[in-house]
Amino acid sequence: MTVLAVTEHRRGELRDPSFELITAGRQLADDLGGELHLAVIGGDVDGYADQLNREGVDAIHTVAEGEEFNHDIYTQAVTAMAEAHEPDAVLMANTVNGLDFAPAVAGQLDVPLVTDAVDFDASGTPEITREQYGGKVETTVDIEADQFALTIRPAEWAKAEGTGDAEVAAFDFDLDESAVRSTVTGFEEVGSGDVDIADADILVSVGRGIEEEDNLPLVEELADALGATLSSSRPIVDNGWLPKNRQVGQSGKVVTPDVYIAIGISGAVQHVAGMKGSDTIVAINTDPNAPIMDIADYAIVDDLFDVVPELIEEFGGEAP
Amino acid sequence: MKVLVTVKEVAEVDDEFTIDGLDVDESYLEYDLNEWDDYAIEEAVQLSEANDDVEVVTVTVGPERADETIRMALAKGADRALRVWDDAIAGAEFLDPGTKAQLLEAVVEEEDPDLVLTGVQSGDDAFGATGVALAERVGYEWAAVVNDLEHDVEANDSSVRRELEGGVEELTDVEGPAVLTIQTGINEPRYASLRGIRQAQRKPLDVQTLDDLGLEESVLETSVDLTSMYEPESESDAVIWEGSADETAGELASFLRDSGVVEG
Ligand SMILES: Cc1cc2nc3c(=O)[nH]c(=O)nc-3n(C[C@H](O)[C@H](O)[C@H](O)COP(=O)(O)OP(=O)(O)OC[C@H]3O[C@@H](n4cnc5c(N)ncnc54)[C@H](O)[C@@H]3O)c2cc1C
Repeated sequence: MTVLAVTEHRRGELRDPSFELITAGRQLADDLGGELHLAVIGGDVDGYADQLNREGVDAIHTVAEGEEFNHDIYTQAVTAMAEAHEPDAVLMANTVNGLDFAPAVAGQLDVPLVTDAVDFDASGTPEITREQYGGKVETTVDIEADQFALTIRPAEWAKAEGTGDAEVAAFDFDLDESAVRSTVTGFEEVGSGDVDIADADILVSVGRGIEEEDNLPLVEELADALGATLSSSRPIVDNGWLPKNRQVGQSGKVVTPDVYIAIGISGAVQHVAGMKGSDTIVAINTDPNAPIMDIADYAIVDDLFDVVPELIEEFGGEAP
Repeated sequence: MKVLVTVKEVAEVDDEFTIDGLDVDESYLEYDLNEWDDYAIEEAVQLSEANDDVEVVTVTVGPERADETIRMALAKGADRALRVWDDAIAGAEFLDPGTKAQLLEAVVEEEDPDLVLTGVQSGDDAFGATGVALAERVGYEWAAVVNDLEHDVEANDSSVRRELEGGVEELTDVEGPAVLTIQTGINEPRYASLRGIRQAQRKPLDVQTLDDLGLEESVLETSVDLTSMYEPESESDAVIWEGSADETAGELASFLRDSGVVEG
């Protein structure tokens, strides 16, 4: 009985989900009554293995193939490893790269895949907890199979600590070069600009609730009146209403202001990833069940078009 | 060249709702084209506008109700549409990504597209796995979470940007035929014009059953079962300011002043 967890790194650094995978992997291995093995693929695998050798890890398999993540190599390596060690579960992170290779691994192994787990209980038939409808409901799915693949939501499990005494060994397999048909040619940082929203003490953040670009001056005016910086959720940037450097979230910026005022933002997991570290979160939203309410400290359940003009007035501004 | 775009009609839940068994009660659901698929359609239509002889075909797995959504894709410039459905699929308890990939695999085999575009995820069940699972099944190369695409029609190769976390993009070359999962923001999806909507009525919309696709009902058997749906226990310990807009705004204003983050 083993769990094989596939770690992630980028540009020379292990990513946080790698350490979260150890915690979740240990939990899963305990449920199943077995060992936790890690896979480390590409780059400085020995250096990574050292850092990953934390409490609860039984074995680390390294594959020194490629520098960075390449899904063709990852898929082949993990598939070969799973065939050699026959783990009951292959655990991966529900990151952008996780989305890029987990379904292929599941397909190669011909095992079921469940993604974006926020919890699980595998002491009997594995039961996975997920969210649906933008986080408004939770579901459980059961997996009736001897072997399965699972991806876990980032930041749902704590990062593993402590030092372990895992056995570290290179895993040998024959990479089929002809099946490597994608090539990573580089990386680029995007979204820098005149303003760094990560520096702001107070953020007025606007979401799709604002409806139209023409309504944006309303929140701009509020930000001005408060001496705050304007940021937004992704759809505002997707629509081209604000530049990329204003986007808060998983693919945008991580911010930690004293006060974050989320106006017409539902609180999708990828948005929350960027702002949950704010000292105080205030939500203005018509929907009392919006997921943002779960992390808000203060909330106004009302129409932003009624509340924001009043707020502007409070601070001596004039609603446009 | 042929581009196949997978589209899905997704359900959105009203602010207040009840759950009936394994789903939200139908009366609280509204249906719309999946946000991510809208961008995938636009990307395909732009390819067909920029190059000669690019056919854009959409495929959806869904009931008759989904025709409305498909017509929307046709109105935006897709050439024709397929909808996969029959009583057996309607009766299936849960279509997990593995099952959907098998249904779509049969369509890819029939259509033999040069490029398949899907959305990164669907807004309702958010598995984010169907595109890559399909690529693996049909032996196409793939890239997930693509927010920029340059496609060389002659060579059928793509240069893409994959949007990673934290404002980092990966530049990747992908050999065709490929499946690309498209991220929002890659383009500006057009609205369907009135003319487009009229034309869409005349474009072909084929319904294919399992039988038509040469599939057995056993493809619907899956080892992943939805077993419960419930409203998550609210973790909220938020202070809710109540009252009229000027009262609640007043509360927030006092809070901001009292906590010293805002002067005045
Ligand atoms: C790989 C990936 C990466 C992503 N990265 C990010 C990211 O970095 N940042 C990000 O934000 N998203 C990101 N997303 C998108 C994310 O999943 C959501 O789609 C997005 O956050 C939704 O934005 P929103 O809350 O503004 O819109 P919605 O979810 O549409 O919410 C709008 C809210 O406004 C409320 N509302 C409507 N009208 C009013 C009114 N008049 N007054 C008050 N309230 C009103 C509604 O009740 C609703 O709660 C990513 C998605 C993926 C798949």
